[in-house]
Amino acid sequence: MDLRLLDEVATAAERDAVDSLLGAPESGWDGGTRQDSDLRYARGGHAARDQRDLLLPALHAVNDRVGWISRGALNHICRRLTVPPAEAYAVASFYAMFALHERPERVVHLCTDIACAAAGSGRLRDRLAERLGPPGTHPDDAAATWHESPCLGMCERAPAALALQAGAPARYAVSAPATPEDLDALADGPPRQNGSANGSAPVGATADSSTNGHGAAGAAFPTTFHPAPLSGLSPEPEPVAAVPDAGSPDHVLLRRIGRVDPLSLDDYRSAGGYAALREALRLGPAGVIREVTDSGLVGRGGAAFPTGRKWNATAQQPDTPHYLVCNADESEPGTFKDRVLMEGDPFSVVEAMTVAGYAIGARTGYLYIRGEYPRALRHLENALSLARERGLLGTDIMGSGFSFDIEIRRGAGAYICGEETAIFGSIEGQRGEPRTKPPFPVEKGLFGKPTAVNNVETLVNVLPVLLMGGPAYAAVGTETSTGPKLFCLSGGVRRPGLYELPFGATLGDLIEAAGGLPEGRSIRGVLLGGAAGAFVRGDELDIPLTFEGARAAGTSLGSGVVLVLDDTADLGATLARVAAFFRDESCGQCVPCRVGTVRQEESLLRLRAGASPAEEVPLLREVGQAMRDASICGLGQTAWNAVESAIDRLGLYSEEDPDTPATPAPGDRAATEEAR
Amino acid sequence: MTTPVLLPTPRRLIDATIDGETVRVPEGTTVLEACESVGTEVPTLCYGDTLTPRNACRVCVVEVEGARTLAPACSRKLEAGMSVATDSERVRHSRKMVLELLGSSVDLSTTPKVPEWMERYEAEPERFGPRAEPAALGVRDARRAGEHEPGDGAVAETVEQPAKVDNDLYVRDYSKCIMCYKCVDACGDQWQNSFAIGVAGRGFDARISTEHDVELPDSACVYCGNCIEVCPTGALSFATEFDMRKAGTWDEEKQTETTTVCTYCGVGCNVTLHVQENEIVKVSSPHDNPVTHGNLCIKGRFGFQHVQRRGGG
Ligand SMILES: Cc1cc2nc3c(=O)[nH]c(=O)nc-3n(C[C@H](O)[C@H](O)[C@H](O)COP(=O)(O)O)c2cc1C
Ligand code: SF4
Ligand code: SF4
Ligand code: SF4
Ligand code: FES
Ligand code: FES
Repeated sequence: MDLRLLDEVATAAERDAVDSLLGAPESGWDGGTRQDSDLRYARGGHAARDQRDLLLPALHAVNDRVGWISRGALNHICRRLTVPPAEAYAVASFYAMFALHERPERVVHLCTDIACAAAGSGRLRDRLAERLGPPGTHPDDAAATWHESPCLGMCERAPAALALQAGAPARYAVSAPATPEDLDALADGPPRQNGSANGSAPVGATADSSTNGHGAAGAAFPTTFHPAPLSGLSPEPEPVAAVPDAGSPDHVLLRRIGRVDPLSLDDYRSAGGYAALREALRLGPAGVIREVTDSGLVGRGGAAFPTGRKWNATAQQPDTPHYLVCNADESEPGTFKDRVLMEGDPFSVVEAMTVAGYAIGARTGYLYIRGEYPRALRHLENALSLARERGLLGTDIMGSGFSFDIEIRRGAGAYICGEETAIFGSIEGQRGEPRTKPPFPVEKGLFGKPTAVNNVETLVNVLPVLLMGGPAYAAVGTETSTGPKLFCLSGGVRRPGLYELPFGATLGDLIEAAGGLPEGRSIRGVLLGGAAGAFVRGDELDIPLTFEGARAAGTSLGSGVVLVLDDTADLGATLARVAAFFRDESCGQCVPCRVGTVRQEESLLRLRAGASPAEEVPLLREVGQAMRDASICGLGQTAWNAVESAIDRLGLYSEEDPDTPATPAPGDRAATEEAR
Repeated sequence: MTTPVLLPTPRRLIDATIDGETVRVPEGTTVLEACESVGTEVPTLCYGDTLTPRNACRVCVVEVEGARTLAPACSRKLEAGMSVATDSERVRHSRKMVLELLGSSVDLSTTPKVPEWMERYEAEPERFGPRAEPAALGVRDARRAGEHEPGDGAVAETVEQPAKVDNDLYVRDYSKCIMCYKCVDACGDQWQNSFAIGVAGRGFDARISTEHDVELPDSACVYCGNCIEVCPTGALSFATEFDMRKAGTWDEEKQTETTTVCTYCGVGCNVTLHVQENEIVKVSSPHDNPVTHGNLCIKGRFGFQHVQRRGGG
């Protein structure tokens, strides 16, 4: 392949950003100084193309440093990695966080998704628009631009905003619950004079308040983001703030959150950390798989697939190497459980990945984390570097002869990359487009090799499985939904947050645990399972929160979202937002989803504007049925679930046909799980 | 002289049923091939006989008994014992919707067979409302992923925009593009290895693009025209065809097709000359040529002007 590049040249900062990721270029062929010897033989070719998976990190490097990706920068990346520019452009333009046009260094992402809209993000949006103009624009020489964002995974503190500031290193700030004053400060950009915690202090120079003196701050390892957030805002609450009943003796998955310093490996070990890996190494890979199978653990990422079976199928594959992918893309609206685990107990994720890698025979694990989780990223980067330092990652872990390491890959604003095959494309440096199954990931996954993809919460469950033993774990919960489960409560409840309950509690129990609704409020609907899930009514609170219970009630648990809309919520607006979400997040590969999500949104907008449900609802049903039946992946297949349930169960736009049954019979609707 | 005869490894025969009738085909046969073998017509758009299926358009879906979702006939392999329905209620519904969704958002006026299929599946693309105004050139290409202006649903959004005319040889009229990925695959590692175009953006704003939407002459394009060869919709066409259609003089009834051997080099590619009123109006190449599979280079594809320089000398 001939690389034909544009003439534009990268700036010094852009080159530096790329070269500090990839190392200095070797010759004129890959963007370095031209030497005489370069004329005699060419470099690049396969060796460079084998680095294609560094395309996404390289794009991030430039975007983090200068805030956008210029033609010159893209050229330089293409030359370094031997990627044709049209392909690099195809990849860069797939992601919402990358800009291909010049913009200010600071970008404010304001969440306008379901929970945040219910908490008043509309006012904040107007405020930002007043200051900076419509989303994606900015007044001349403004310090910031802004975008409306899908769920930022901070729904317990809605409304949420995230600001990212390009630089070396990049910085971030979280404002949740966001106040107008916070947004003003973010929109104004950095103060001109040298602020105390702001300015261009190098990484590690500023003590981080959350390390308690024995974490990594001050240590010489590079993190992607500067440890001190952007100034001008009240400090972000500690991760434990997301867990209202933190410290409960009943907690298994959340037991360390708030009790140990998430940046300290010593703390983690003295709180029982790495006992499960020790046990795993004692049991051997087959023993680990046996315990996990006996535990009845099923995936927590939405598909509810038995983890033991997935691991066994991967371990059995003759083709090598095997890979592990930890799916931390968490972008299902309403979901924030993985963020709390990664921020509050990051070593448990690292330990659990090591156990999983051991069981399936992988030497490399990829942790794919959504791009909007800067604090979780920093805590994980710290955890990896400390684990490596102590020989808990790398060669010969704990003297067992087992070698394993973890690479972090950051998403860049694309919900679809959480789909288990799209995540491969994204890691490989391709567009994050789902692939057809069969072949399944356990046969042909990442780089075409056998791969186990698991959700963060699923993996973290493996630690108690090994410590308790599979059968004892299986005794927790119900017969077919075993173990503890995390539920993400948000919306109109008094104490939104992350709750851990053994399977078996009812929806009512959970809402009660979250303090119920404030005096005088009643439930308009509860969205179970996120945007891909379904609404249930306020008089259906006896639904047991188990996989089988939810299914019997014609809904699904999905990723554990319980989003309560009270009687003040604008249901029509919520549905339009859900529809906009699917339209924005569709990868665009297949017609039913690419165009169907547009037609679905248009119809819902017409309904809001007063169109007749008798005309629109049948149209929605027809589009919805085709999306469900004929889309390639779970995104399109579930893009109509929430809308359908709002019509059928909550009676929205119900003038349609009085004979339509109010509640679909169980099994009537494709369960979200099967589509995942 | 005897020539060695290469025998493919014999494939196991499997039995399955299509619309209730038993078929026996070699293992590895796709549902589409099996359907063709028994004379059952399945509409296809993104499927290309010389390319790996992308199964993106979903117009070919069939119902496999026991499966939760419909399956694309063009890529799904028939399995022993499989029971396939090609004309069930669900199949007809999805095919109708795919045609309506495409018909309401893309200009299908030059896509063969579409009127026939629309009629067969009773598709009415107009029911999504009046079409939105076409976008100005460059607007769709500048869209950022994950963001759009919601509007009020009064008009049905489309992909329409002015055609891209930036070179003398061929025109890219993306108002007609159904995003079948075939041009990208033909230009990339499946055939041409030029990688001049890719799929940029995502969702409804996904589009075929060079890097930064630069004009073709600035891109890596070598004008082999292999993308035109596979384009199922006429979105990519010879400048001659584009101009004649615009002038209203394009008339396939009056055209003849003559397949001959390209005279430029020794490879011996087949070229099919499409001639209307004694003028070559476009050049294609037979897909069943075992060496070139429909691919040519710029000379065979576009180097025909000298043939018809008449008079003057
Ligand atoms: C559109 C879409 C988005 C998804 N996003 C996520 C995600 O962010 N995190 C996740 O763990 N699983 C996600 N999934 C589910 C994955 O496909 C997959 O089932 C899961 O990661 C498997 O892990 P588990 O077995 O541990 O649950 C998504 C699925 C779809 C269809
Ligand atoms: S269903 Fe949607 S997200 Fe999934 S492959 Fe099709 S277009 Fe992409
Ligand atoms: S003419 Fe050839 S090189 Fe140019 S875009 Fe088409 S396939 Fe690619
Ligand atoms: S231009 Fe033609 S070949 Fe390319 S994607 Fe569009 S319809 Fe398919
Ligand atoms: S953070 Fe806004 S909805 Fe989740
Ligand atoms: S022809 Fe099969 S999906 Fe397009």
